[in-house]
Amino acid sequence: MSIYLNKDSKVIVQGITGGMGAKHTALMLDSGAQIVGGVNARKAGTTVTHKDAQGADVELPVFGTVAEAMKETGANVSVLFVPPAFTKDAAIEAIDAEMPLIVVITEGVPVQDTAEVWSYLQGKATRMIGPNCPGIITPGESLAGITPHTITGKGPVGLVSKSGTLTYQMMYELKDFGFSTAIGIGGDPIIGTTHIDALEAFEKDDETKLIVMIGEIGGDAEERAAAYIKENISKPVVGYVAGFTAPEGKTMGHAGAIVSGSAGTAQAKKEALEAAGVKVGKTPSETAALAREILSSLA
Amino acid sequence: MDLMEYQAKKLFAKHGVAVTEGVVVETAEEARKAAEEIGFCVVKAQVKAGGRGKAGGVKLAKTADEAFEHASNILGMEIKGLRVNRVLITPATPPVEEYYFSFLLDRSNRQYLCIASVEGGVEIEEVAKTNPDAVKQIGIDPGKGVDEAKAREIATECGFPEPVFEQAVAMIQSLYTVFTEEDATLVEVNPLARLEGDKLEALDGKVSLDDNASEIRHEDHEQFVIRDEEDPLEAKAKDKGLNYVKLDGQVGIIGNGAGLVMSTLDVVAYAGEAHGGVKPANFLDIGGGANAQVMADGLDVILNDEQVKSVFVNVFGGITACDEVAKGIVGALDILGNEATKPLVVRLDGNNVDLGRQILSEANHPLVTIVDTMDGGADKAAELANA
Repeated sequence: MSIYLNKDSKVIVQGITGGMGAKHTALMLDSGAQIVGGVNARKAGTTVTHKDAQGADVELPVFGTVAEAMKETGANVSVLFVPPAFTKDAAIEAIDAEMPLIVVITEGVPVQDTAEVWSYLQGKATRMIGPNCPGIITPGESLAGITPHTITGKGPVGLVSKSGTLTYQMMYELKDFGFSTAIGIGGDPIIGTTHIDALEAFEKDDETKLIVMIGEIGGDAEERAAAYIKENISKPVVGYVAGFTAPEGKTMGHAGAIVSGSAGTAQAKKEALEAAGVKVGKTPSETAALAREILSSLA
Repeated sequence: MDLMEYQAKKLFAKHGVAVTEGVVVETAEEARKAAEEIGFCVVKAQVKAGGRGKAGGVKLAKTADEAFEHASNILGMEIKGLRVNRVLITPATPPVEEYYFSFLLDRSNRQYLCIASVEGGVEIEEVAKTNPDAVKQIGIDPGKGVDEAKAREIATECGFPEPVFEQAVAMIQSLYTVFTEEDATLVEVNPLARLEGDKLEALDGKVSLDDNASEIRHEDHEQFVIRDEEDPLEAKAKDKGLNYVKLDGQVGIIGNGAGLVMSTLDVVAYAGEAHGGVKPANFLDIGGGANAQVMADGLDVILNDEQVKSVFVNVFGGITACDEVAKGIVGALDILGNEATKPLVVRLDGNNVDLGRQILSEANHPLVTIVDTMDGGADKAAELANA
């Protein structure tokens, strides 16, 4: 088991012919993911060639539209490597095609575009992860995004994080245990899938025995997640929040990571999580140690 | 990017919001000239901070000489740590009533929000505390926006009085146009004033623009960047396309990924507690492709920070391989040559880590210390900064 993504997932890449799209299509194939094609209206009817996990050549068809790609390949996941100016239209196209899961990797999407996509998505069949995220990996089964698939394998830890490199860092720290699914939800002010969505899915996933939740300054997503955990999560949760030393009013790389007044501080988030029974580490390594302790007692 | 009042007013005027732009000046003499034209006027400090009035940065001037005197006092003063380099001279139009109005991004509910009150302008935060019902919050669906009907609904809900009601409906639509057409995350009018003769006008304005949007579809937003208001190191980093924020400590930080760098700042601050209270000197995210040039650019900015005593390079090789990062560091030290004078603590982990560490060991640069863990690196860098 896993959440949102598994060995049967059929993945297409919107923007498969671009630099990022091509590079990560190759890496996703190398992870063993079933990449079944791509979309680029201007290159419809052509193919791109990459190697699969066994090193054999794979020829992937490039379609003109997401709808056509779905019809021809049975794809149920789309990963978007589309430049920020075109991301909104690409996402809406996928939503119109009723793509079950879209993973928007693109960084630098105007927040009003994301707000419009989110509004458009209401009542539709699509789940969106991102934008500005590393995507989702179910180790040993599939990868929809840019998370390195070589860090670790399958295991009992479910991970949800705003940050990409902290996702990798945590997977590395707990590589001897392995992960059911690790999902990077992105650091933008508006995102599709939240900590709460992932927590809910991990709670239902039999394979996940422990959940690691990584947050950072800005917004109130962690506080909301804390309230949700208190009411709904029976599995152990370990948390980490980045940005204790971030000054007020300055943006730290992630557009969402900005502290305004007392709201959104790392300290407030840590306290909210601890009040919900979550063990919160002061550093990534301390967080990993807390997770390790719980995992050892579960074994 | 946050705009100053005069810049916000420029955008208001562009989109038909009732506003008087006034004149921006940089010297007291220019202030006098502007006041001679305008007459009874207000001299307003232009800084990106609230509380200008309380800090003495907003003064009424009945004569041009008074304007000169106020401008002399205000120019050069500091408001919340920001030096005042410009004042806005604008006609003094005492309000009959003051209102508050804003559109902003509501990230919690993933939509837009209108916050408004007819019960107070500049004292809005006080009103919110003592009489929260008087502050209306109206959610806006980004897919539907604000048309005339919605603007009427908002104006009714807020309770704009009859004599200015139609003006309010028009202004709400214009302000929403500013919000969407300019890709703002905040458009605030405080006070929105009812002047003599029942004229509605935006007496002050605050606008925050979304940098992502400015980057791809608002070339004209470049006009709002004021180089002399920026930290020189931040300006230099920006020119090189680096994601850098200057802080007030002694340990320079370079890392990859916003989350990991933020986390590195925290870990260094904790480690600093045992080493004379040293703190991180900056935030610098070099992103995915840590090649020699990017690393050299980053080091160049950090080493030019006089406060920096040591540098901690903390990289997790995800997609980027550690050997590439190591080559980047060695190459950067070559490029910088004698200009690299401060000790560098390097922690590499992840993809091709052994090869990366080997490259650094073989280069055997006297300034470089290789460490195994993030915590260990933070401790070493803090120790060196305190030496």
